[in-house]
Amino acid sequence: MGYLRESDVVVIGGGIIGTAILRELSKYDLKSVLVEKEPDLATGTTKANSAILHAGFDAPAGSLKAITNVRGNALYHILENQLDLDIKWTGSLVVATDEEELATLTELLERGQKNGVKDLAILSPEEVLKKEPNLTQKVTGALWAPSAGICWPFQAAVAFAQCAVQNGAEVLTNCRVEKITVSDGRVQEVVTNQGVIKTKYIINAAGVYADEIAKLAGDSSFTINPRKGEYILFDKTATATMVEGVVFPTPSKKGKGVLVCTTTHGNTFIGPSAEDIEEKDDAGVTVNGMEKIITLARKLVPSIPLGAAITEFSGLRAVSDTGDFIIREAQVKGLIHAAGMQSPGLTAAPAVAEEVVEIIRNSDLRTVLKANFKSVLPRKIIFERLSRQKQAELIAQDKKYGRVICRCETVTEAEIVNAIQESCGARTVDGVKRRTRAGMGRCQGGFCGPRVTQILARELDIPITEVLKERKDSHLFYEKFSGKEGEL
Amino acid sequence: MSNLYDVIIIGGGPAGLSAAYSAYQNGAQKILVIERDRELGGILQQCIHNGFGLHHFKEELTGPGYAHRCIELIKDKPEIETLIDTMVLDILEDKTVIVVSPERGLLELKGKTVILAMGCRERTRGAIRIPGERPAGVFTAGAAQRMVNMEGYLPGKKIVILGSGDIGLIMARRMSLEGCQVKAVLEICPFSNGLTRNIVQCLEDYEIPLYLSHTIVKIHGQERVTGVTVAKVDAKMQVIPGTEFEIECDTVLLSVGLIPENELSKNLSLAMHPLTSGPIVNQKRETSSSGVYAAGNVVHVHDLVDFVSEEAEIAGKFAALEAQGLKENDKRQVKVIPQDGIRTCVPQQLSLGGAAESFKLFMRVGSPETKVKLEITSGEHLLLSKMMAVAKPSEMIAVELSSEKASMIDNDVIVSLKREV
Amino acid sequence: MVAKERNLTCIVCPRGCSLKATVDDGVVINVSGNLCPRGKRYAAEEITAPKRQLTSTVRIENGSLALLPVVSSASLPKDSILACAEFLRSVEVKAPIAEGQVICSNILNLGVDIIASRSMEAMLEKN
Repeated sequence: MGYLRESDVVVIGGGIIGTAILRELSKYDLKSVLVEKEPDLATGTTKANSAILHAGFDAPAGSLKAITNVRGNALYHILENQLDLDIKWTGSLVVATDEEELATLTELLERGQKNGVKDLAILSPEEVLKKEPNLTQKVTGALWAPSAGICWPFQAAVAFAQCAVQNGAEVLTNCRVEKITVSDGRVQEVVTNQGVIKTKYIINAAGVYADEIAKLAGDSSFTINPRKGEYILFDKTATATMVEGVVFPTPSKKGKGVLVCTTTHGNTFIGPSAEDIEEKDDAGVTVNGMEKIITLARKLVPSIPLGAAITEFSGLRAVSDTGDFIIREAQVKGLIHAAGMQSPGLTAAPAVAEEVVEIIRNSDLRTVLKANFKSVLPRKIIFERLSRQKQAELIAQDKKYGRVICRCETVTEAEIVNAIQESCGARTVDGVKRRTRAGMGRCQGGFCGPRVTQILARELDIPITEVLKERKDSHLFYEKFSGKEGEL
Repeated sequence: MSNLYDVIIIGGGPAGLSAAYSAYQNGAQKILVIERDRELGGILQQCIHNGFGLHHFKEELTGPGYAHRCIELIKDKPEIETLIDTMVLDILEDKTVIVVSPERGLLELKGKTVILAMGCRERTRGAIRIPGERPAGVFTAGAAQRMVNMEGYLPGKKIVILGSGDIGLIMARRMSLEGCQVKAVLEICPFSNGLTRNIVQCLEDYEIPLYLSHTIVKIHGQERVTGVTVAKVDAKMQVIPGTEFEIECDTVLLSVGLIPENELSKNLSLAMHPLTSGPIVNQKRETSSSGVYAAGNVVHVHDLVDFVSEEAEIAGKFAALEAQGLKENDKRQVKVIPQDGIRTCVPQQLSLGGAAESFKLFMRVGSPETKVKLEITSGEHLLLSKMMAVAKPSEMIAVELSSEKASMIDNDVIVSLKREV
Repeated sequence: MVAKERNLTCIVCPRGCSLKATVDDGVVINVSGNLCPRGKRYAAEEITAPKRQLTSTVRIENGSLALLPVVSSASLPKDSILACAEFLRSVEVKAPIAEGQVICSNILNLGVDIIASRSMEAMLEKN
């Protein structure tokens, strides 16, 4: 029986961690393959989180979280331009509303300085309200971290993967890992629903499922407990100036708390809640969760306009029982974990990738840095952001730029076609949404959803009834005249 | 081709088409209708059911039939141009309209006047915060209607409809006719938000249960919807614990309200009304921005297209007059203030000056009432007093004030409902 | 036999009058609550032989859209509506079609035609 692939490294998981690792691997002369069980990348924790590039004052000094957070933040400053990422370096505020919380801010400041975070400062209530006029008048001070920012996490994950692919790596979607073959204390093969991949190294970046992947190789050294975080997103026209950046409450032992935050596209969101749950696929939003975040967010910004909510969603943080990120080789040789990637995992991702590849570089595998690594991705065309003249030129070249499909976010047919046709292209309606923002606006795809479905069917040359929303079997439409298609 | 128009109308649905014809009848020489869809007619083209046009065309028509009549009225008139498959990107303060289309690219057009007739859009799952998973199979009723009636696809086979607005009721019947099983229509209010006749002919005819004071508390399903948990709500619309039950279904259709489509109005910084979510207009359908008019569902959501046409004709007329330099100077504005049971009233303002002309007020009540008296006053004058056997939030009330009554208006106009004692 | 009262909602127009029909031995002897004569006719018919208009779609070949909306030329017996709707799912026409054109004459021998509720042009290019 032939192998599906013969590779040096298999990365399991197409989230922000897996794709960042694949990109880092693609700098070397290695055969790397990423496998993702869903039809698209970035459909787990990466699609539903706070999208914050943290400054790095939260995690205890010396922890992996602290080290990779600060390093990752610095790397995004470089990647931003190379990969054409949407990032706003807004800075973040941790807001105190009493004396006790003010004391906590000083602790955070000192911890941040130990972690190497630059330019931290404690602001007076007047300074805070000048930055964020809609905050509660009860503010007693805030920790200001200018190096924090916000990004568009799935765009970053797709860009990492595209960069890896343009440097020879490969991405297999709809590819679920079923078994890992181990012999002589070393991983040999990854058995997937598509076939067997022979490999020397396996990188476990499977998010909330990382402990289950470890168990496939006989490693039960850690567990991942999903912790649900629920969010509410608001219409940008109603909340464009609600907050300018990232606003945290003062953290408690339970975590960073519910924040009020802007997005790269000018919406405001509130969240997340934090609830430990049993099921790893229970990403439903709950009445309690939403009520909790509304109550808590209103303590920071009293005037949150609930009527302007456009969607609610929740994501699962991959919380490890070790309290820190798990970045190490397992007892089983050849298996490297990049697990337990809860916050600040998004920020840390490029630095985690460096740490993982460092483990491989120190192994028996020959790693040669490529001379011709292509670090820059071609610029994407975003019609809405172009000058009128540039828009006119594009339509002259391709009429599809003249047809606006998503009216809320002004996304043209050509941009949707590009998102489907490009490397690691969209295969689902939600995939188009994540790449182009079509369907992400106030009507939530009410107008454009069916049209995006038709474009996907046309470009992928499949019937409309086969187009998926997101996951396998998430079909959107049924044939109205069943059994009659052939007669035309 | 000159890019200066007497009247530029944004939207080629019933409001836009009726406004265009009225502008033409009132002497405008160069009128442009801009439509973003592939054909004129707007949402009527997917409303294939009948019941339209009894007031306006004096016959019962289907949605496409009503659209057809509107289109026929403006067809082959050299004074009226139309652009389809064309999206308005922006309207500037000086009434320059920037549009884009695949065939013509980017165009800058200029209107002496502009009429906003963009219609409305549907409220979404997100706007009402339905808990649960996010599987495929949750659609707004209008999106599903388009797929079923124009594209030839079904959104599912076993349907639960949330919201008893007219679109929800119409879709309950439509899906039944397509051989689907409509398991329930749920309404969070203690009363239906649709026309009573639609309850009869869309639900009762097909034995579809209507659960009043019920809502969805959870949507189930990872890939595709597998069911919903439903619960009863109390008078404050809070879920009553212990009343939950499950309904198995593969599709949830949402008919939970319509919102005027006012992104362009906001670009123009028009004064907006918080309850109608549309621009504030006077009896000529003039907005707070000079030369900008608005009509139809963009101003306030209607239940009858006939009233949309009627309002749009007013906007078309006064825009046409202004474009010809025939606009009367308004001496002062008074407000129309809804009170005591009347929730909204359009127009929200009246401009006084010139000869008083008769006009209509279009209003909605906040909750269902029986045996009430509608009273309209201005200062000391009683302008209208009318007994009403029933008044429902779902049915817009239209009353006309004669030119004689209109001439008596010297102060803010108060519109109120008086309960009979 | 004692006369019975039945409450109905008139569906003839959007006003939706609440009607009270007095029925004696299957015959409507009195109707109240109607604001126009159509309400009286509706009540009599609704109690003896209820009828409904049918609107649906049929497939259209080479049309500018995939479906053509259709409407019954007169009301059909209420209990035959679903059968008619199902029958129409098997009908296919060819563009161009004019508004009012008969798509299906005398559907299911009920003496009512199904007609196009809009015109639809044939596609010029494509294929």
